[in-house]
Amino acid sequence: MTKQEALYQYLLQLGDNALIQSHRLSEWCSKGPILEEDLALTNIALDYIGRAQNLLHYAGEVEGKGQSADQLAYRRPEHQYYNNLIAEMPKGDFAFTIAKQLLISTYELLLYTELCHSKDETLAGIAGKAIKEVRYHWTHSRDWCYRLGKGTVLSNELLQQAVNDLWMYTGEQFEMGAEEELMLKEVIGCDNKALQNKWLEMVETVLSDSNIKIPTATYNQSGGRKGIHTENMGHILSEMQYLQRAYPEAIW
Amino acid sequence: MVKESYLREEILALLSEIKDPEIPVVTIEEMGMLRDVILSDKGCEILLTPTYTACPAMGIIEQDILSTLKEAGIDNAKVTMVFAPAWTTDWMSETTKEKLIRFGIAAPVHSSCSNWLSPKNVEVKCPKCESTDTKLISQFGSTACKALYSCNHCHEPFDYFKCH
Repeated sequence: MTKQEALYQYLLQLGDNALIQSHRLSEWCSKGPILEEDLALTNIALDYIGRAQNLLHYAGEVEGKGQSADQLAYRRPEHQYYNNLIAEMPKGDFAFTIAKQLLISTYELLLYTELCHSKDETLAGIAGKAIKEVRYHWTHSRDWCYRLGKGTVLSNELLQQAVNDLWMYTGEQFEMGAEEELMLKEVIGCDNKALQNKWLEMVETVLSDSNIKIPTATYNQSGGRKGIHTENMGHILSEMQYLQRAYPEAIW
Repeated sequence: MVKESYLREEILALLSEIKDPEIPVVTIEEMGMLRDVILSDKGCEILLTPTYTACPAMGIIEQDILSTLKEAGIDNAKVTMVFAPAWTTDWMSETTKEKLIRFGIAAPVHSSCSNWLSPKNVEVKCPKCESTDTKLISQFGSTACKALYSCNHCHEPFDYFKCH
Protein backbone atom coordinates (compact mmCIF):
# COMPACT_ATOMS: atom_id res chain seq x y z
CA MET A 1 0.00 0.00 0.00
CA THR A 2 1.41 3.38 -0.99
CA LYS A 3 1.09 6.47 1.17
CA GLN A 4 -1.39 7.92 -1.34
CA GLU A 5 -3.59 4.80 -1.26
CA ALA A 6 -3.54 4.75 2.52
CA LEU A 7 -4.49 8.42 2.73
CA TYR A 8 -7.35 7.90 0.26
CA GLN A 9 -8.66 5.00 2.33
CA TYR A 10 -8.22 6.94 5.57
CA LEU A 11 -10.16 9.93 4.22
CA LEU A 12 -12.95 7.64 3.00
CA GLN A 13 -13.26 6.15 6.50
CA LEU A 14 -13.48 9.58 8.12
CA GLY A 15 -15.79 10.89 5.40
CA ASP A 16 -18.08 7.84 5.46
CA ASN A 17 -18.50 8.04 9.23
CA ALA A 18 -19.61 11.66 8.85
CA LEU A 19 -21.87 10.89 5.87
CA ILE A 20 -23.71 7.99 7.49
CA GLN A 21 -24.02 9.83 10.81
CA SER A 22 -25.50 12.77 8.93
CA HIS A 23 -28.01 10.53 7.18
CA ARG A 24 -29.16 8.92 10.42
CA LEU A 25 -29.50 12.26 12.23
CA SER A 26 -31.39 13.84 9.36
CA GLU A 27 -34.00 11.09 9.77
CA TRP A 28 -35.07 13.10 12.82
CA CYS A 29 -36.12 16.02 10.65
CA SER A 30 -39.72 16.90 11.58
CA LYS A 31 -39.80 13.96 14.03
CA GLY A 32 -37.92 15.47 16.98
CA PRO A 33 -39.51 15.12 20.43
CA ILE A 34 -39.65 18.92 20.74
CA LEU A 35 -39.04 21.67 18.20
CA GLU A 36 -35.69 22.71 19.72
CA GLU A 37 -34.42 19.14 19.49
CA ASP A 38 -35.65 18.78 15.93
CA LEU A 39 -33.48 21.82 15.15
CA ALA A 40 -30.54 20.59 17.22
CA LEU A 41 -30.35 17.12 15.66
CA THR A 42 -30.70 18.45 12.12
CA ASN A 43 -28.10 21.17 12.84
CA ILE A 44 -25.71 18.43 13.93
CA ALA A 45 -26.60 16.49 10.77
CA LEU A 46 -25.69 19.62 8.79
CA ASP A 47 -22.28 19.83 10.49
CA TYR A 48 -21.71 16.18 9.59
CA ILE A 49 -22.68 16.56 5.94
CA GLY A 50 -20.32 19.54 5.67
CA ARG A 51 -17.51 17.50 7.15
CA ALA A 52 -18.31 14.56 4.84
CA GLN A 53 -18.27 16.90 1.84
CA ASN A 54 -14.84 18.31 2.74
CA LEU A 55 -13.31 14.91 3.48
CA LEU A 56 -14.74 13.16 0.41
CA HIS A 57 -13.80 16.10 -1.83
CA TYR A 58 -10.24 15.83 -0.56
CA ALA A 59 -10.32 12.02 -0.93
CA GLY A 60 -11.23 12.52 -4.59
CA GLU A 61 -8.29 14.88 -5.04
CA VAL A 62 -5.90 12.45 -3.35
CA GLU A 63 -7.11 9.57 -5.51
CA GLY A 64 -6.56 11.74 -8.58
CA LYS A 65 -9.13 10.06 -10.83
CA GLY A 66 -11.45 13.03 -10.97
CA GLN A 67 -14.10 11.68 -8.58
CA SER A 68 -16.13 14.41 -6.92
CA ALA A 69 -17.44 14.33 -3.34
CA ASP A 70 -20.91 13.60 -4.71
CA GLN A 71 -19.72 10.70 -6.84
CA LEU A 72 -17.94 9.18 -3.86
CA ALA A 73 -20.95 9.70 -1.62
CA TYR A 74 -23.64 8.42 -3.97
CA ARG A 75 -22.09 5.99 -6.43
CA ARG A 76 -20.11 3.49 -4.42
CA PRO A 77 -21.48 0.01 -3.68
CA GLU A 78 -22.01 -1.06 -0.07
CA HIS A 79 -18.75 -2.95 0.43
CA GLN A 80 -16.79 0.15 -0.57
CA TYR A 81 -18.08 2.17 2.39
CA TYR A 82 -15.77 2.13 5.39
CA ASN A 83 -17.73 3.74 8.22
CA ASN A 84 -17.84 2.16 11.68
CA LEU A 85 -20.88 -0.06 12.27
CA ILE A 86 -22.11 2.14 15.12
CA ALA A 87 -22.79 4.97 12.64
CA GLU A 88 -25.24 2.87 10.62
CA MET A 89 -27.28 1.71 13.62
CA PRO A 90 -30.89 2.89 13.20
CA LYS A 91 -31.84 6.14 14.87
CA GLY A 92 -34.11 4.24 17.30
CA ASP A 93 -35.91 6.30 19.91
CA PHE A 94 -34.57 9.61 21.22
CA ALA A 95 -32.62 7.93 24.04
CA PHE A 96 -30.98 5.60 21.52
CA THR A 97 -29.86 8.51 19.33
CA ILE A 98 -28.53 10.38 22.37
CA ALA A 99 -26.57 7.34 23.58
CA LYS A 100 -25.20 6.84 20.06
CA GLN A 101 -24.19 10.49 19.87
CA LEU A 102 -22.40 10.35 23.22
CA LEU A 103 -20.44 7.20 22.30
CA ILE A 104 -19.47 8.58 18.88
CA SER A 105 -18.85 12.23 19.70
CA THR A 106 -16.61 11.37 22.67
CA TYR A 107 -14.47 9.38 20.20
CA GLU A 108 -14.57 12.22 17.66
CA LEU A 109 -13.60 14.75 20.30
CA LEU A 110 -10.39 12.80 20.96
CA LEU A 111 -9.80 11.89 17.29
CA TYR A 112 -10.20 15.37 15.82
CA THR A 113 -8.13 16.96 18.61
CA GLU A 114 -5.29 14.69 17.42
CA LEU A 115 -5.95 15.29 13.71
CA CYS A 116 -5.56 19.06 14.23
CA HIS A 117 -1.83 18.23 14.48
CA SER A 118 -1.76 16.11 11.32
CA LYS A 119 1.20 16.72 9.03
CA ASP A 120 -1.27 16.76 6.15
CA GLU A 121 -2.28 20.42 6.05
CA THR A 122 -5.66 19.91 4.41
CA LEU A 123 -6.69 17.24 6.90
CA ALA A 124 -5.43 19.38 9.79
CA GLY A 125 -7.46 22.31 8.41
CA ILE A 126 -10.66 20.25 8.17
CA ALA A 127 -10.02 18.90 11.69
CA GLY A 128 -9.45 22.43 13.04
CA LYS A 129 -12.94 23.38 11.91
CA ALA A 130 -14.58 20.06 12.86
CA ILE A 131 -13.29 20.02 16.44
CA LYS A 132 -15.15 23.22 17.30
CA GLU A 133 -18.38 21.69 16.05
CA VAL A 134 -17.76 18.35 17.78
CA ARG A 135 -17.46 20.17 21.13
CA TYR A 136 -21.02 21.41 20.72
CA HIS A 137 -22.20 17.93 19.66
CA TRP A 138 -20.55 16.37 22.68
CA THR A 139 -21.98 18.81 25.23
CA HIS A 140 -25.41 18.37 23.60
CA SER A 141 -25.36 14.58 24.06
CA ARG A 142 -23.81 14.83 27.55
CA ASP A 143 -26.52 17.21 28.77
CA TRP A 144 -29.28 14.99 27.39
CA CYS A 145 -27.71 11.93 29.06
CA TYR A 146 -27.98 13.75 32.39
CA ARG A 147 -31.63 14.65 31.75
CA LEU A 148 -32.68 11.22 30.52
CA GLY A 149 -30.62 9.26 33.03
CA LYS A 150 -31.85 11.29 35.98
CA GLY A 151 -35.30 11.96 34.53
CA THR A 152 -38.07 9.42 34.94
CA VAL A 153 -37.81 5.66 35.54
CA LEU A 154 -38.74 5.14 31.89
CA SER A 155 -36.21 7.62 30.45
CA ASN A 156 -33.47 6.05 32.59
CA GLU A 157 -34.46 2.56 31.40
CA LEU A 158 -34.50 3.58 27.74
CA LEU A 159 -31.06 5.20 27.99
CA GLN A 160 -29.64 2.19 29.86
CA GLN A 161 -31.05 -0.18 27.24
CA ALA A 162 -29.60 1.95 24.42
CA VAL A 163 -26.12 1.99 26.01
CA ASN A 164 -26.31 -1.78 26.53
CA ASP A 165 -27.36 -2.38 22.92
CA LEU A 166 -24.71 -0.09 21.40
CA TRP A 167 -21.81 -1.13 23.60
CA MET A 168 -20.59 -3.97 21.38
CA TYR A 169 -20.18 -1.57 18.46
CA THR A 170 -17.96 0.91 20.32
CA GLY A 171 -14.72 -1.10 20.22
CA GLU A 172 -14.42 -0.86 16.44
CA GLN A 173 -13.67 2.85 16.74
CA PHE A 174 -10.28 2.01 18.26
CA GLU A 175 -9.12 -0.59 15.74
CA MET A 176 -6.07 0.03 13.60
CA GLY A 177 -6.00 -1.25 10.03
CA ALA A 178 -2.98 -1.33 7.73
CA GLU A 179 -3.83 2.10 6.28
CA GLU A 180 -4.16 3.60 9.75
CA GLU A 181 -0.79 2.18 10.83
CA LEU A 182 0.79 3.75 7.76
CA MET A 183 -0.95 7.09 8.37
CA LEU A 184 0.25 7.01 11.98
CA LYS A 185 3.82 6.36 10.81
CA GLU A 186 3.57 9.32 8.44
CA VAL A 187 2.23 11.54 11.28
CA ILE A 188 -0.92 12.13 9.21
CA GLY A 189 -3.34 9.93 11.12
CA CYS A 190 -3.89 9.16 14.74
CA ASP A 191 -3.29 6.19 17.03
CA ASN A 192 -6.86 5.02 17.68
CA LYS A 193 -5.78 2.49 20.30
CA ALA A 194 -4.22 5.23 22.38
CA LEU A 195 -7.60 7.02 22.57
CA GLN A 196 -9.51 4.13 24.11
CA ASN A 197 -8.64 4.61 27.79
CA LYS A 198 -9.41 8.32 27.71
CA TRP A 199 -12.65 7.58 25.83
CA LEU A 200 -13.72 5.04 28.44
CA GLU A 201 -12.91 7.44 31.24
CA MET A 202 -14.95 10.26 29.67
CA VAL A 203 -17.92 8.02 28.79
CA GLU A 204 -17.91 6.43 32.25
CA THR A 205 -17.94 9.84 33.91
CA VAL A 206 -20.94 11.07 31.92
CA LEU A 207 -22.86 7.80 32.31
CA SER A 208 -22.26 7.40 36.02
CA ASP A 209 -23.26 11.04 36.53
CA SER A 210 -26.47 10.09 34.67
CA ASN A 211 -27.16 7.05 36.91
CA ILE A 212 -26.42 4.68 34.02
CA LYS A 213 -24.41 1.48 34.55
CA ILE A 214 -21.44 0.72 32.32
CA PRO A 215 -22.06 -2.54 30.44
CA THR A 216 -19.76 -5.35 31.43
CA ALA A 217 -20.06 -7.35 28.18
CA THR A 218 -16.78 -7.45 26.30
CA TYR A 219 -17.82 -8.87 22.92
CA ASN A 220 -17.12 -6.48 20.05
CA GLN A 221 -18.59 -6.57 16.57
CA SER A 222 -16.58 -4.93 13.84
CA GLY A 223 -16.25 -5.01 10.06
CA GLY A 224 -17.38 -1.62 8.81
CA ARG A 225 -13.83 -0.38 8.29
CA LYS A 226 -13.25 -3.35 6.00
CA GLY A 227 -16.48 -2.77 4.09
CA ILE A 228 -18.45 -5.54 5.82
CA HIS A 229 -21.65 -3.99 7.08
CA THR A 230 -24.79 -4.84 9.03
CA GLU A 231 -28.14 -5.26 7.27
CA ASN A 232 -28.83 -1.58 8.00
CA MET A 233 -26.36 -0.32 5.43
CA GLY A 234 -28.24 -1.55 2.35
CA HIS A 235 -31.38 0.18 3.55
CA ILE A 236 -29.50 3.44 4.11
CA LEU A 237 -27.91 3.34 0.68
CA SER A 238 -31.09 2.43 -1.17
CA GLU A 239 -32.65 5.60 0.18
CA MET A 240 -29.56 7.80 0.02
CA GLN A 241 -28.44 6.80 -3.46
CA TYR A 242 -31.83 6.45 -5.11
CA LEU A 243 -31.91 9.84 -6.81
CA GLN A 244 -28.34 9.72 -8.11
CA ARG A 245 -28.84 6.15 -9.37
CA ALA A 246 -32.13 6.96 -11.07
CA TYR A 247 -31.01 10.31 -12.46
CA PRO A 248 -27.21 10.31 -12.71
CA GLU A 249 -25.65 13.80 -12.65
CA ALA A 250 -28.91 15.35 -11.41
CA ILE A 251 -28.26 18.74 -9.84
CA TRP A 252 -30.45 21.31 -8.09
CA MET B 1 -5.69 41.10 -17.99
CA VAL B 2 -6.80 41.54 -14.37
CA LYS B 3 -3.27 41.96 -13.14
CA GLU B 4 -2.72 45.02 -15.27
CA SER B 5 -6.03 46.77 -14.70
CA TYR B 6 -6.54 46.17 -10.96
CA LEU B 7 -4.51 46.22 -7.77
CA ARG B 8 -5.03 43.55 -5.11
CA GLU B 9 -6.23 46.27 -2.71
CA GLU B 10 -8.79 47.51 -5.20
CA ILE B 11 -10.33 44.07 -5.57
CA LEU B 12 -10.33 43.56 -1.80
CA ALA B 13 -12.12 46.90 -1.40
CA LEU B 14 -14.68 45.86 -4.01
CA LEU B 15 -15.36 42.54 -2.29
CA SER B 16 -15.43 44.12 1.17
CA GLU B 17 -18.82 45.57 0.26
CA ILE B 18 -20.45 42.13 -0.05
CA LYS B 19 -22.90 41.45 2.75
CA ASP B 20 -23.31 38.21 4.67
CA PRO B 21 -26.55 36.82 3.14
CA GLU B 22 -27.85 35.65 6.52
CA ILE B 23 -26.82 38.71 8.53
CA PRO B 24 -27.12 41.55 5.99
CA VAL B 25 -25.80 44.23 8.38
CA VAL B 26 -22.23 42.90 8.28
CA THR B 27 -19.93 42.27 5.34
CA ILE B 28 -17.91 39.15 4.59
CA GLU B 29 -14.80 41.20 5.34
CA GLU B 30 -16.10 42.21 8.78
CA MET B 31 -16.97 38.59 9.52
CA GLY B 32 -13.41 37.57 8.70
CA MET B 33 -14.41 35.26 5.84
CA LEU B 34 -12.63 37.20 3.11
CA ARG B 35 -8.99 36.27 3.56
CA ASP B 36 -7.03 37.37 0.52
CA VAL B 37 -6.92 38.03 -3.20
CA ILE B 38 -4.14 36.60 -5.34
CA LEU B 39 -3.60 38.11 -8.76
CA SER B 40 -1.68 36.15 -11.37
CA ASP B 41 -1.41 35.80 -15.13
CA LYS B 42 -4.23 33.24 -14.95
CA GLY B 43 -6.60 35.68 -13.31
CA CYS B 44 -7.83 36.33 -9.85
CA GLU B 45 -8.12 33.88 -6.95
CA ILE B 46 -10.22 34.77 -3.93
CA LEU B 47 -9.38 33.02 -0.67
CA LEU B 48 -12.42 32.47 1.49
CA THR B 49 -12.71 30.80 4.89
CA PRO B 50 -16.02 29.14 5.74
CA THR B 51 -17.53 30.06 9.11
CA TYR B 52 -19.02 26.59 9.54
CA THR B 53 -18.17 23.47 7.55
CA ALA B 54 -21.66 23.23 6.13
CA CYS B 55 -22.72 26.88 6.18
CA PRO B 56 -25.31 27.05 3.37
CA ALA B 57 -24.51 30.74 2.87
CA MET B 58 -21.07 29.90 1.45
CA GLY B 59 -22.49 29.01 -1.96
CA ILE B 60 -24.40 32.29 -2.13
CA ILE B 61 -21.31 34.24 -1.05
CA GLU B 62 -19.25 32.55 -3.76
CA GLN B 63 -21.85 33.55 -6.36
CA ASP B 64 -21.95 37.12 -4.98
CA ILE B 65 -18.16 37.37 -5.25
CA LEU B 66 -18.11 36.12 -8.83
CA SER B 67 -20.93 38.39 -9.94
CA THR B 68 -19.39 41.44 -8.22
CA LEU B 69 -16.14 40.75 -10.06
CA LYS B 70 -17.96 40.18 -13.32
CA GLU B 71 -19.65 43.57 -13.02
CA ALA B 72 -16.19 45.09 -12.62
CA GLY B 73 -15.13 43.33 -15.82
CA ILE B 74 -13.21 40.49 -14.19
CA ASP B 75 -14.25 37.17 -15.71
CA ASN B 76 -11.42 34.81 -14.93
CA ALA B 77 -11.93 34.65 -11.18
CA LYS B 78 -12.19 31.66 -8.89
CA VAL B 79 -13.00 31.20 -5.23
CA THR B 80 -10.85 28.85 -3.16
CA MET B 81 -11.90 27.67 0.29
CA VAL B 82 -9.13 27.88 2.88
CA PHE B 83 -9.64 25.88 6.07
CA ALA B 84 -6.53 26.76 8.03
CA PRO B 85 -6.42 28.68 10.24
CA ALA B 86 -9.98 27.74 11.14
CA TRP B 87 -12.44 30.61 11.23
CA THR B 88 -13.17 31.89 14.71
CA THR B 89 -15.57 34.40 16.21
CA ASP B 90 -12.45 35.99 17.80
CA TRP B 91 -11.87 37.68 14.42
CA MET B 92 -14.97 39.83 14.84
CA SER B 93 -14.15 43.40 15.79
CA GLU B 94 -16.04 45.28 18.50
CA THR B 95 -17.69 47.38 15.76
CA THR B 96 -18.92 44.20 14.05
CA LYS B 97 -20.30 42.91 17.36
CA GLU B 98 -22.12 46.23 17.86
CA LYS B 99 -23.74 45.83 14.44
CA LEU B 100 -24.91 42.31 15.32
CA ILE B 101 -26.46 43.54 18.55
CA ARG B 102 -28.29 46.37 16.76
CA PHE B 103 -29.59 43.74 14.31
CA GLY B 104 -31.00 41.76 17.26
CA ILE B 105 -28.34 39.06 17.58
CA ALA B 106 -26.37 38.82 20.83
CA ALA B 107 -22.64 38.81 20.01
CA PRO B 108 -20.19 36.09 21.11
CA VAL B 109 -18.99 36.90 24.63
CA HIS B 110 -15.86 34.91 25.28
CA SER B 111 -12.95 33.54 23.39
CA SER B 112 -13.68 30.51 21.25
CA CYS B 113 -10.91 28.27 22.41
CA SER B 114 -10.92 28.70 26.15
CA ASN B 115 -13.14 27.00 28.71
CA TRP B 116 -15.40 25.33 26.18
CA LEU B 117 -15.95 22.45 28.58
CA SER B 118 -17.12 24.58 31.47
CA PRO B 119 -17.74 28.14 30.34
CA LYS B 120 -18.06 30.12 33.53
CA ASN B 121 -19.48 33.58 34.05
CA VAL B 122 -20.88 33.77 30.54
CA GLU B 123 -23.38 36.58 30.60
CA VAL B 124 -25.35 36.79 27.40
CA LYS B 125 -27.00 40.18 27.24
CA CYS B 126 -30.45 40.52 25.72
CA PRO B 127 -29.98 42.59 22.53
CA LYS B 128 -33.39 44.20 23.05
CA CYS B 129 -33.45 45.31 26.71
CA GLU B 130 -29.79 44.72 27.65
CA SER B 131 -30.72 42.62 30.66
CA THR B 132 -28.19 39.94 31.61
CA ASP B 133 -30.98 37.85 33.14
CA THR B 134 -31.25 35.50 30.17
CA LYS B 135 -31.44 31.74 29.69
CA LEU B 136 -30.23 29.28 27.10
CA ILE B 137 -33.09 27.51 25.33
CA SER B 138 -31.00 25.47 22.88
CA GLN B 139 -27.38 25.44 21.73
CA PHE B 140 -28.67 24.91 18.20
CA GLY B 141 -30.80 27.63 16.66
CA SER B 142 -32.03 28.98 13.37
CA THR B 143 -28.65 28.70 11.64
CA ALA B 144 -25.47 26.74 12.30
CA CYS B 145 -23.80 29.74 13.95
CA LYS B 146 -26.50 30.61 16.44
CA ALA B 147 -27.92 29.40 19.74
CA LEU B 148 -31.42 30.20 20.96
CA TYR B 149 -31.84 32.29 24.11
CA SER B 150 -34.71 33.89 25.91
CA CYS B 151 -34.74 37.00 28.10
CA ASN B 152 -36.20 36.61 31.59
CA HIS B 153 -36.68 40.37 31.85
CA CYS B 154 -38.46 41.39 28.63
CA HIS B 155 -39.48 37.78 27.78
CA GLU B 156 -38.30 38.08 24.18
CA PRO B 157 -36.59 35.13 22.52
CA PHE B 158 -33.37 36.02 20.69
CA ASP B 159 -30.46 34.55 18.74
CA TYR B 160 -26.98 34.36 20.20
CA PHE B 161 -23.96 34.10 17.91
CA LYS B 162 -22.12 31.10 19.35
CA CYS B 163 -18.43 31.27 20.19
CA HIS B 164 -16.49 29.30 17.67
